[in-house]
Amino acid sequence: MASPDSLRVYGVELGSRLLLGTARYPSPAILTEAVKASGAQLVTASLRREAGGERAGQGFWSIIRDLGVRVLPNTAACHSVKEAVTTAHLAREVFGTPWVKLEVIGEEDTLQPDLFALVEAARILTREGFEVFPYTTEDLIGAERLLEAGCRVLMPWGSPIGSGRGLNNRFGLKALRARFPEVPMVIDAGIGVPSHAAQSLELGFDAVLINTAVSRAVDPVRMAGAFARAVAAGREAYLAGPMEPRDMAVPSTPVIGKAFLG
Amino acid sequence: MNIQVNGQWRELAAQDLSAALEELGLGGAVIATALNGEFVPAGSRQGARLADGDRLEVLSPMQGG
Repeated sequence: MASPDSLRVYGVELGSRLLLGTARYPSPAILTEAVKASGAQLVTASLRREAGGERAGQGFWSIIRDLGVRVLPNTAACHSVKEAVTTAHLAREVFGTPWVKLEVIGEEDTLQPDLFALVEAARILTREGFEVFPYTTEDLIGAERLLEAGCRVLMPWGSPIGSGRGLNNRFGLKALRARFPEVPMVIDAGIGVPSHAAQSLELGFDAVLINTAVSRAVDPVRMAGAFARAVAAGREAYLAGPMEPRDMAVPSTPVIGKAFLG
Repeated sequence: MNIQVNGQWRELAAQDLSAALEELGLGGAVIATALNGEFVPAGSRQGARLADGDRLEVLSPMQGG
């Protein structure tokens, strides 16, 4: 049964607000244990060339099926609309899902998305029945265009993929959150430590997608558990309504009735 | 004929995509295919004629972020 605070995307309830990437783990066994420790119900995957007799892809696919989690295929490393749209079609057939994490990369050093191509690809794929999760920036106009193109969820970056720098433009992300309060938003990319994930949820983002911060930790399984608790704490804090920061001190202990001892 | 399979030139006897996959030992594998940059759904592989110099991409599920 879905909990009352579950995340709802494209009509599907997800019990965990932590989405996990499956790349760059030390071994398949550690990947399996990390997914379990994270509590994630949605993991990302990709498509790569099948290397003849090795059938590495088939082994990976059986791991994911055994975990019983949903899969969000990506269009990682695509640089054009055509490449991304074709990859989405290939992924839909292999993974059997209309969901796609749409990435159209525009710049190599930052892996920043090309918003113009992203919007065009999102429009094409939505028309073709895909349910698109666009990897975007905090740009408000880009977000508006993606929603017009039919996206029902947004995945703004925290900072460049794999950088671990956390929320690079907190002000911009807050503005994005405030501008579209009803749209599910997942902070995707740049999260380095659990406190970044907690901050994302505290700001009102609905979920985070983590990969490198877990897979490249010294102990990925332990780190997956740490992220799970940070995400839960951040969400609870958001629902509890955090106080506003102030410039001046305000005594927490009442001063009325204090003894006069001077 | 000579077909480029995942970037490597291969000499294949197969005349269509479905037979080519069998010949490559990938019959029954969880894969998706693209011929000369265009997606070919599983249901259309049989009868998707190959020509000398075609570029075939055979993709399978992999780890991703």
